[in-house]
Amino acid sequence: MSTLSAHHGSAAAAGKMRKRHFAQMRLQAYGIAALTLAGLALVALLWSVVGKAALVVTESYITLPVTITPDEVDPANLRAGNWEGLRKDALRDAFPEVTGRTARRALGDLTSGGSGYELRDRVMADPSLIGQTITFPFLASDDVDLYLKGVFGKPEPMAHSGTLTVTVKGDKAELSSTAEDFAVILPAIHARLNADADELRVQAGRQQRGIDVVTEDLAAATEASVKEDLQKRIDAYVAARDQLIARAEALEHSADLQDGLEKLSDADSSMLVRIGTGWVKITEVSANRAHGDILEPLPAAATRGDVPPADWTLLINDSPEITRRVNDAQGAWLQSLEDRGAVERVFNWRFLTSGNSREAELAGIWGAAVGSFWTMLVTFCIAFPIGVLSAVYLEEFAPKNRFTDFIEVNINNLAAVPSIVFGLLGLAVFLNVFGIPRSAPLAGGLVLALMTLPTIIIASRAAIRAVPPSIRDAALGLGASKLQTSFHHVIPLGMPGILTGTIIGMAQALGETAPLIMIGMVAFITGVPGGFTDPATALPVQVYLWSDFPERAFEAKTAAAICVLLLFLVIMNALAVFLRKRFERRW
Amino acid sequence: MNTTRILAIAAAATLAAGVASARDQIRIVGSSTVFPFTTAVAEQFGQATGNPIPVVESTGTGGGMKLFCAGVGAEFPDFTNASRRMKASEFTMCQENGVTDIVEMKVGFDGIVIANAMEGPTFTLTVGQIWTALAANGPKPMMWNEVDPALPATKIEVLGPPPSSGTRDSFEELAMEHGCKMAGGEDCGKTGMEIRQDGVYVESGENDNLIVSKLEANPNALGIFGFSYLDQNADRLKGASVDGEQPTFETIADGTYEISRSLYVYVKKAHVGVIPGMEEFLAEYLSPKASGEDGYLVDKGLIPLPEDAHEKQAEAVSALTPIEASALN
Repeated sequence: MSTLSAHHGSAAAAGKMRKRHFAQMRLQAYGIAALTLAGLALVALLWSVVGKAALVVTESYITLPVTITPDEVDPANLRAGNWEGLRKDALRDAFPEVTGRTARRALGDLTSGGSGYELRDRVMADPSLIGQTITFPFLASDDVDLYLKGVFGKPEPMAHSGTLTVTVKGDKAELSSTAEDFAVILPAIHARLNADADELRVQAGRQQRGIDVVTEDLAAATEASVKEDLQKRIDAYVAARDQLIARAEALEHSADLQDGLEKLSDADSSMLVRIGTGWVKITEVSANRAHGDILEPLPAAATRGDVPPADWTLLINDSPEITRRVNDAQGAWLQSLEDRGAVERVFNWRFLTSGNSREAELAGIWGAAVGSFWTMLVTFCIAFPIGVLSAVYLEEFAPKNRFTDFIEVNINNLAAVPSIVFGLLGLAVFLNVFGIPRSAPLAGGLVLALMTLPTIIIASRAAIRAVPPSIRDAALGLGASKLQTSFHHVIPLGMPGILTGTIIGMAQALGETAPLIMIGMVAFITGVPGGFTDPATALPVQVYLWSDFPERAFEAKTAAAICVLLLFLVIMNALAVFLRKRFERRW
Repeated sequence: MNTTRILAIAAAATLAAGVASARDQIRIVGSSTVFPFTTAVAEQFGQATGNPIPVVESTGTGGGMKLFCAGVGAEFPDFTNASRRMKASEFTMCQENGVTDIVEMKVGFDGIVIANAMEGPTFTLTVGQIWTALAANGPKPMMWNEVDPALPATKIEVLGPPPSSGTRDSFEELAMEHGCKMAGGEDCGKTGMEIRQDGVYVESGENDNLIVSKLEANPNALGIFGFSYLDQNADRLKGASVDGEQPTFETIADGTYEISRSLYVYVKKAHVGVIPGMEEFLAEYLSPKASGEDGYLVDKGLIPLPEDAHEKQAEAVSALTPIEASALN
């Protein structure tokens, strides 16, 4: 005894003990670190998706009066009416001073092309509106919607103190201020000029490197024809270099001039002057003078006398016009509309209730959600009964021999087959042999059912195996047949596990894209499918499709559709947990 | 048990009804480049005429041709989009399967641009340099300044479309074949325009937005895609000039920017009059408000045909004049 206690109390034992405790602590630390990392990854994912999707929460409307004249709209044939024209007329009436083809086109781009059809639907529902003037909320176009949400920057007011003198010449205006109000943008312009010059010098430097390299080659060359070619290349480099340097010098010279008028390019921040309802876009600027284009006519009083500092505003939009999908004129019109109270933002029900569209502002997920529903219904109706019955047979009835072992191995392998393979199978068998229509939920459901079957079988077998043999023995002992034992006792008791496996399998199928692409469910379909054989898409395919559209507004739509899909997956998994908790039995 | 039975009967009934009824909806397959334009037309056509909106599927030009040429009948598509002209071999395949009368419609142009991120170096390239950098049969340099000492000293990294893409076909034909001749490569027609496969050129799928975000993450890499993606991402990307021309709407429209191709839609004449709405759909596509100079497709990034060519084309297509084999070399 004493030797043992001496041993336990020894320094060596204490050292070992410390080592074991330390190992345990280390393991704990690893675990916590791993969890933190996983948590951070999840947060980053959700942050980026939800952050982008937030833009979809609201949509913008521009409410304008519109007169539905009988000569534009024939009451006998409402569909053929000039709805697009009425939409544009409404905007033109709001800005009668806008002339010129480009400007009028830009004006027409403020509202969505689809809003003309919404006006049509309104009139079709109530033909008595023909001949009346109604105020109609026109849906803003996707770019305008993004602009109003600040994606392309907003013109910010700048401090100014001078009194403005305005001279109007046609559609140009010359402004001069008693203070150096316009100087605020000059450093940025000079910096841009210098940066452009630096870039040109870098390019000139590259040409110089070309000269150096080729000159070496020239020195090494012996043949006359080769020498001639190399000399030509050198000459070309020299010409390019000199031209670049000359351009750089011109820019630097321009940046050094402190009092001259600097040209604002569309790569600079936009500078706007607002006097009452009038807008001037500055094109040339010095510290106290500015020239610009009139976007919105200036009030008559402004051109007659001086404008005190309180009556005008200087606005700068830091994102250059070239990088924006909404130009300064459109920005000015939108500001005027906002001042008139014509712009409003409402909750975007449309995203949840409408089908797909090529116009980002009109596109919604309802069509895809219904397509997913039909597909999942087909999947469930096929995979669930077949899966559960196969599991029951394999667990309860099948003899244990090499053949059933072989089947088991194959089922396990099938569960691990990449999903695209099932798509290829579906294309070859269901579409080409059986002639099931392309893009239909029936085809998609069949393919996904094949994919889900192994998952359901494996989960169901595990659930059935977990039912204690005493239940079976008791049932059999009371005279139940084997079939009765299975269907009255084993399956009901195994059901929580079976359902959990099924729901998780279905959730996996819901998020599947690759096999659906193979069978044409990736098509552009605007309608909401009414059945198993109607052309349809599914939610993940919609995400895939939207992610490839060039329009910027689809970025947010894609993220929002991902959120909806994630929500569905969370709900399905929560349902699985709920069912397990609710019906689980412990023996 | 009862509900299951009802469900099963309902399912069977829907299935039978769906398969039995003939198709009243136009089906379109083909190029992912033309897809955004055709879908826009499809939607407008449906809205304006009240016909069901056509189902448009993006299968790539080659895949679309296969489906389109598979035969005549409701189970085969009515139109196919193509980002290059139909090949003679595809025409023969069509003929063999009974698709004899095919009408060709030129929709407009699309520039293939080479672009990189805003903060990356500015590239001024020639087609010869592009070939030297990317050719399988070329010198296979690893750095841009090995192609030409006056180019930036960065690694050559180009993200572009895979071989199944019509954009890739056009790029090979327009930039590589031409560049091969400029750079003095051998056998420019066939092997000369092949793109190298040693990891310098990264095939990035058919998703051009993915290329855009990869370029943002890697400012030294260049990407190859359609002009509309550059147009929509002007705040993130800058196009490289090719032979001294910047890729802009104007330079592509007037042909001074060389790497631009025509986009087509092919019509199965045997279906016209059988599948409802095909003629109206064509009329919508050809109308000035769609593919004309001020049409809504221009907003989507299409570069329209010149006005007189557009008119001529509209006449030929509305008369449904089929193409001859001799027209496709």
